[in-house]
Amino acid sequence: MAEEKVMTPQVEEEAVEIGKNWKANPHKWTGDPNQPLLEVKNLRVSYHTYAGEVQSVRGVNFDVKHGEILAVIGESGCGKSVTARTIMSLIRHPGVVKEGSQILFEGKDVLSMSKKELSQYRGGDCGMIFQDALVALDPTMRVGKQIMENLRIHSKMTKKEAKEEAIRLLDVVGIPNAETRFRQYPFEFSGGMRQRAMIAMAVACQPKLVIADEPTTALDVTIQAQIMELLKRLRDEDGTSIILITHDFGVVAGFADKIVVMYAGQIVERGSRKEIFYNPQHPYTWALLGAVPRLDWENKQMLRTIRGTPPDLVAPPKGCPFARRCELCMNVCLEEMPPVKEFPGEGPENHGHSAMCWLYADDAPAEVREKAEALRVKGGEGHE
Amino acid sequence: MSNEVEKTAAAAGTKPLLEVSHLKKYFKVGNKRTLKAVDDVSFNIMPGETLGVVGESGCGKTTCGRTCVGMYDPTDGTVLYNGKNIHELKGAEKKAFTKEVQIIFQDPYASLNPRMTVAEIIGEGMDVHGLYTGKQERQERIGQLLRMVGLNQEHANRFIHEFSGGQRQRIGIARALAVEPRFILCDEPLSALDVSIQAQVANLLIRFQKELGLTYMFIAHDLAMVKHISDRVAVMYLGSVVELATSAEIYSNPLHPYTEALMSAIPIADPDIEDSRQRIMLEGEVTSPIDVPPGCKFQSRCPRAKECCRKDAPELKEVSPGHFVACHFAGK
Repeated sequence: MAEEKVMTPQVEEEAVEIGKNWKANPHKWTGDPNQPLLEVKNLRVSYHTYAGEVQSVRGVNFDVKHGEILAVIGESGCGKSVTARTIMSLIRHPGVVKEGSQILFEGKDVLSMSKKELSQYRGGDCGMIFQDALVALDPTMRVGKQIMENLRIHSKMTKKEAKEEAIRLLDVVGIPNAETRFRQYPFEFSGGMRQRAMIAMAVACQPKLVIADEPTTALDVTIQAQIMELLKRLRDEDGTSIILITHDFGVVAGFADKIVVMYAGQIVERGSRKEIFYNPQHPYTWALLGAVPRLDWENKQMLRTIRGTPPDLVAPPKGCPFARRCELCMNVCLEEMPPVKEFPGEGPENHGHSAMCWLYADDAPAEVREKAEALRVKGGEGHE
Repeated sequence: MSNEVEKTAAAAGTKPLLEVSHLKKYFKVGNKRTLKAVDDVSFNIMPGETLGVVGESGCGKTTCGRTCVGMYDPTDGTVLYNGKNIHELKGAEKKAFTKEVQIIFQDPYASLNPRMTVAEIIGEGMDVHGLYTGKQERQERIGQLLRMVGLNQEHANRFIHEFSGGQRQRIGIARALAVEPRFILCDEPLSALDVSIQAQVANLLIRFQKELGLTYMFIAHDLAMVKHISDRVAVMYLGSVVELATSAEIYSNPLHPYTEALMSAIPIADPDIEDSRQRIMLEGEVTSPIDVPPGCKFQSRCPRAKECCRKDAPELKEVSPGHFVACHFAGK
């Protein structure tokens, strides 16, 4: 403690402890923790373009329980951001949510909500953090006013109350000199601070669900660690459910409760964090885990690569979407959609692990299975 | 690894390929203020070695790299390539230097001319340096380069917009390799790419180094990738190198508090490690590089800062063989 006293403010302001002035969420869920807050059922979204109908999301199912962190992981173009936007009901022309898709928030279908219900839902019950904060914030409006706007609409606060609350929120997310910052424009903020301001905005009305779409992709690692800590605290203290969308397995490892791996608009594997990292079953998950160098690996060893590129979703392949890039591809993979195989994990928290792959069909040839064993990556292990 | 490189180099009597000493690059930003993008940086790169340069955005790593290959004129200090000051080269020597040193840029969308075909992009350097004897050889060479990076001859007559990000980056690599360089500055070559594509390009870079004996200066902010590719790593903060060591050493035994914080912030794809590790949280963000006050540049965010840090800027000292740190308390 004595050492901290010699820290002096320099060019910039003194650092502020994140989470100072934290206020408990009065809407914290106290019911059955196993009850789902959000259910996504058979979600299909297409975009009509000149090239044809791009089927971005092709039948996605998952649910998010109260106080749960769900990570959606996948490469660019796999439909993860479209899924997030659909949950917020933000799909606009030329995008179309296909018939038969359902998104139930506390049992209510988001897709058939009226305008009034939607305005309560967006920003009130459900907050969103976008990847690029400079694009998502209004450049012509002071940051404080943007946060106040949300509070005024949803919490019916007076101007004065909203201002105080907005300053408190800026303080909570770790923005120094909150009162000065309140009056500034987004361009006066640094990248990390903009992202924090957006988090402040998303959590202003104490939502039950926060969707974070690649919240740290544009940020440096030290700032990334701060932002992830903030989000984690949001869940731990307020019991807010979080959907984290990312392409980075590292970020997910310390954060998520459940993970779904998406590829070409479909979920290819899902499971608890430990199951996905230590007992992955889908060849695509193995490939992703093997493609990122780890600090404990030997230098300059070859990384595992995935041959080819993701399929064109204007004319998605008939069978397994990953088949053409998969080293274990069998004839059946190119013809028919693979069945979903369940893997019972140990302990109740590891339930619900499943992968969509022909490898686990009863009549899969022994030689392919052997080859699969050689390719299999377990998290925490090197390879080759 | 790098020690071996240095030893073999010393045994063979070879000198460093690139010697950077007290390099400074300042920019004037109006109101008589200066931005010290690179402030007194010194390091060597041995032939066949990869030096990784890491740091947060705005720490001057790109400016440093660009000054080292002669894209910027330095404010002060020298960069010797093969013993010659690159900023004083003229005529034929300058031309020879531009052939030996190439750059792979970060953004494959912005760094390749959209109005040129792939063959024109790759062939341009060969035209300038006259590296072929006839049209036939030029075409063969372009085809060979494309195959080396995993594309094929048919791609030669296409335009850049027809390629994906990973393919574009491969074309960027083929363009750099076309003039048979010895030294390549890789300025964040992987950050615009997807995970699986990143691995493909990283493998290419590693393979070409082994096969062609290339020397890299690898600038990136993805610390795990830098460790993977580099022999030695330099950590930069606000224009200064704060720590320089072999990549194994810097990750297992970081001595500068900034390096420690950086290393502890790297997410690891392993839940058990993530759950048990203690993060050193750095508060605040990188301070402005304009008009930095005297003393250690890291003092405002440093958990160990004491009175002496505000007065004297620590120098880069060798605390153990090959491990340099700029901190008053290193090893104490």
